[in-house]
Amino acid sequence: MATKILDLPEEEYMLPGNRACAGCSLGIGLRHILKALGGNCIFAVPASCLTVLGGMYPTSSVRIPWMNVVFPSTGAAASGLAAGLKAIGREDITVVAMAGDGGTADIGIQALSGAAERNANFLYICYDNEAYMNTGTQRSGSTPIGARTTTTPAYGKRQHQKDVPKIMEAHGIPYIATACPSFPTDLYDKVKKAVGKQGTRYMHMCAPCPSGWQFPAKDTVEMGRMAVEVGAVILYEIEDGAFRLTSRSKKLAEQGGLKALRDYIAPQGRFKGMEEETIDHMQAWINRRWQQCIRRDAEGQA
Amino acid sequence: MGTRDCGQKSAMSSPCIGEAGRTGDWRSTRPEFDPAKCLAVKAGRPACFQCWAYCPEGVIKKEVGSEVDLTYCKGCGICVEVCPSGAITMIPEPEEE
Repeated sequence: MATKILDLPEEEYMLPGNRACAGCSLGIGLRHILKALGGNCIFAVPASCLTVLGGMYPTSSVRIPWMNVVFPSTGAAASGLAAGLKAIGREDITVVAMAGDGGTADIGIQALSGAAERNANFLYICYDNEAYMNTGTQRSGSTPIGARTTTTPAYGKRQHQKDVPKIMEAHGIPYIATACPSFPTDLYDKVKKAVGKQGTRYMHMCAPCPSGWQFPAKDTVEMGRMAVEVGAVILYEIEDGAFRLTSRSKKLAEQGGLKALRDYIAPQGRFKGMEEETIDHMQAWINRRWQQCIRRDAEGQA
Repeated sequence: MGTRDCGQKSAMSSPCIGEAGRTGDWRSTRPEFDPAKCLAVKAGRPACFQCWAYCPEGVIKKEVGSEVDLTYCKGCGICVEVCPSGAITMIPEPEEE
């Protein structure tokens, strides 16, 4: 049974007056992730916008234990935390590693892959704002084709983004999910489900970024919804190998189809002046992925 | 949870509200709440709570007719966009003396 907004817990573990930008989707996401964890967790966080949100010594803006680790080490640090908790018999506490897309898809992938291969007992959450936003919007492996960053040519990135959840799926871990803070109840339910499992669990959360994607801060939630509507982000979960579309993506599959990619591209400054040919490339890439997901979802039902 | 308590003797931070100071100062427009249009106020019981769920700062409480905490509200305007009944509008901050 899916949780409703009214049923979400009132308790807050993230405090107001933090260092995140106005309209940052990470704030919405982190609030609901921490609600789902009920504060019973330890975070390992590498250099990212999340470290900024977490706060600067001697104060922090979260009411949970939070360890800042070096960029490539998130998976290793979380493995160590999990081993330590096991040794002292406190496996009721969930170890959460939370990193950005740069810290996951590029810099942190070897430690994460190693940990997943050992099936280390933690939940890894990648919040994907599709570039290195904290350091000033540099291109990452997760930046979509056609998007302009400060380190791409004037016409935008030439390559498609990495499909990190798929890389993680190849490790055969027990739980993989994608989420978006514009669908907080879906995010909440997925974290709840992940907490109930043992071993390495991976979540990929789309995180619209007003400054990096260049749209007004008020449209953060709308942008996340649009990403799902056009299929740039597909909400699904893979539980012990069984694929299932969830939430809005499930409805879109039932009601027959995605919106045109142009509706998503037009309001974002990073896609300004994107060539028609590139838009077609991206649309074809999305369509391919979407068809694959529909097929897999149908196989799961059968 | 005081503001920027520097009494720490170890390399450990303690949680505090307003870690980045009074972030309400970042605002150029402020959200104004009209209780007459709010679905929860009209129903007189917990309902809707979209503004609470989507606030990135957590400055709106899960209460019927909750006010926005303007000390820390960064003025992003997400609450205005997600409110289904148009009960919140952004108005310019008054000019400082």
